[in-house]
Amino acid sequence: MVIKKAPDVRESDVTPKELYLRRREFIAAAGVTAAAVATNGLGVLHEDGVLSAQNPSAQKLTNLKKSPLSTDEKINTYKDITTYNNFYEFGLDKADPSKYASTLKPRPWSVVVEGQCGKPGTYNIEDIMKWAPLEERIYRMRCVEGWSMVVPWVGYSMSEFLKRFEPTSRAKYVQFKTLVDQRQMPGQTEPALQWPYVEGLRMDEAMHPLALLGLGLYGEVLPNQNGAPIRLVVPWKYGFKGIKSIVRVSFVENEPLNTWKQQQSSEYGFYANVNPQVDHPRWSQGSERRLGEFFRRKTLMFNGYADQVASLYTGMDLRKFY
Amino acid sequence: MTATQWRRRVFKPVVWVLCLAPLSYLIYSLYLDPGPNPVETITNFTGIWTLRFIMLTLAITPLRWLTGVNQLVNYRRLAGLFAFFYSVLHFTTFFFFDHQFDVAAMLDDVRKRPYITAGFFAFVLMIPLAVTSTTGWIRRMGGKNWNLLHRLIYLTAMSAVLHYYWKVSVKLPPVNPRNYAILVAVLLGFRLWRNFARKRASEV
Repeated sequence: MVIKKAPDVRESDVTPKELYLRRREFIAAAGVTAAAVATNGLGVLHEDGVLSAQNPSAQKLTNLKKSPLSTDEKINTYKDITTYNNFYEFGLDKADPSKYASTLKPRPWSVVVEGQCGKPGTYNIEDIMKWAPLEERIYRMRCVEGWSMVVPWVGYSMSEFLKRFEPTSRAKYVQFKTLVDQRQMPGQTEPALQWPYVEGLRMDEAMHPLALLGLGLYGEVLPNQNGAPIRLVVPWKYGFKGIKSIVRVSFVENEPLNTWKQQQSSEYGFYANVNPQVDHPRWSQGSERRLGEFFRRKTLMFNGYADQVASLYTGMDLRKFY
Repeated sequence: MTATQWRRRVFKPVVWVLCLAPLSYLIYSLYLDPGPNPVETITNFTGIWTLRFIMLTLAITPLRWLTGVNQLVNYRRLAGLFAFFYSVLHFTTFFFFDHQFDVAAMLDDVRKRPYITAGFFAFVLMIPLAVTSTTGWIRRMGGKNWNLLHRLIYLTAMSAVLHYYWKVSVKLPPVNPRNYAILVAVLLGFRLWRNFARKRASEV
């Protein structure tokens, strides 16, 4: 595992081909919106002329392993992924996190581990990043609101992370909590949701190879608005399950009450598996709009990961356990 | 210039430009940067401006009573037609990008989703108002009938707010829809109160 400030441009591997083929357009457009680009760090033109629309100040993550779990679908642009976020800790608008998340300080950072496990304690983010080889995993992400994108995450399997703490047989669920700090997360001064944000998984879900401990994006450490420095990625579930900026992990016996279920249990459940057959009470879940596309496409069962995860839910009524 | 000439040559063109300013802004900002989800941007923008123009249309009569500036009524039709114009853009965005002009699929959505039902209802009610907005139709129908028909705007306003409220209530507390609901209540309440006061006065 090597983390270093690297000037080399490995990210060309994950920059969508059509994006860098369109780089002249981007350069032209950049002329118009130069101010925005400069202040938001939305794009940078590398010396070799390849556009990698990334944050020039972000720490690069190198020697990433490619994952067989990655999709070969067209990846969304860095800009789409980092300027269209639901992260109410920084405001309710999709563009708010990219504008306001600079107040978050992702270093130094530690995660408290507690509950039904052999090795509770406080762990440093720098150590956590070295516990397993970092992989690039390109996953589909489907939001409960009916839009989706394809994201080149960096991280390693959640199971690698959780196993370290030696969960006991009494650990039936794992619960995660986001940071609470009104100075770092100004949206928390509003009672939009109950803070801290809480999410959870059944242990077998958390140990599934697809469940990812997210540590980076597009070959760099996570941008603040995407949940820096450590987050959950569960690609077969709606995006709100992917809790961001985690500070606490608890192994528990009972099903945690996750934030959105607490907010509106008739609309959001604990499982939140992507399911085109079970509509949200106010809108259809049968289709979605992929960012970058104009027309809606069909939503796939378990977001297209049914072959891998359907067996986790054998015998369960997915209309009841939505 | 006479008052009529002022109205025709100065005020009306200015009002037209102002009414088209939101659309121009939308087009220009999409041209500069379409953003990650331009369809959503267009939908939200045209929706909120429909609602604003409905409010404006409803505000003109109370403003006239309050200020005594009767000329305001000259702009009521224009405001109403612009409300309809933005609602057509809003509806067309939905009909095209969500359903590719498939009528059956669109109607299925209208039937299934309460917030779409409310929005569609608000939109459909505006069609007869737009059609009969001409002077010729006022003459043909007679002022009394015409006025009666055009009270449908009250229903449009209420269901448009409901449409907005149901759509965004996921983001609690839904401040904006609530404010529009209050505004509609005030604008319609004002009319009720005035009718009541008038009746009382005529009885005395």
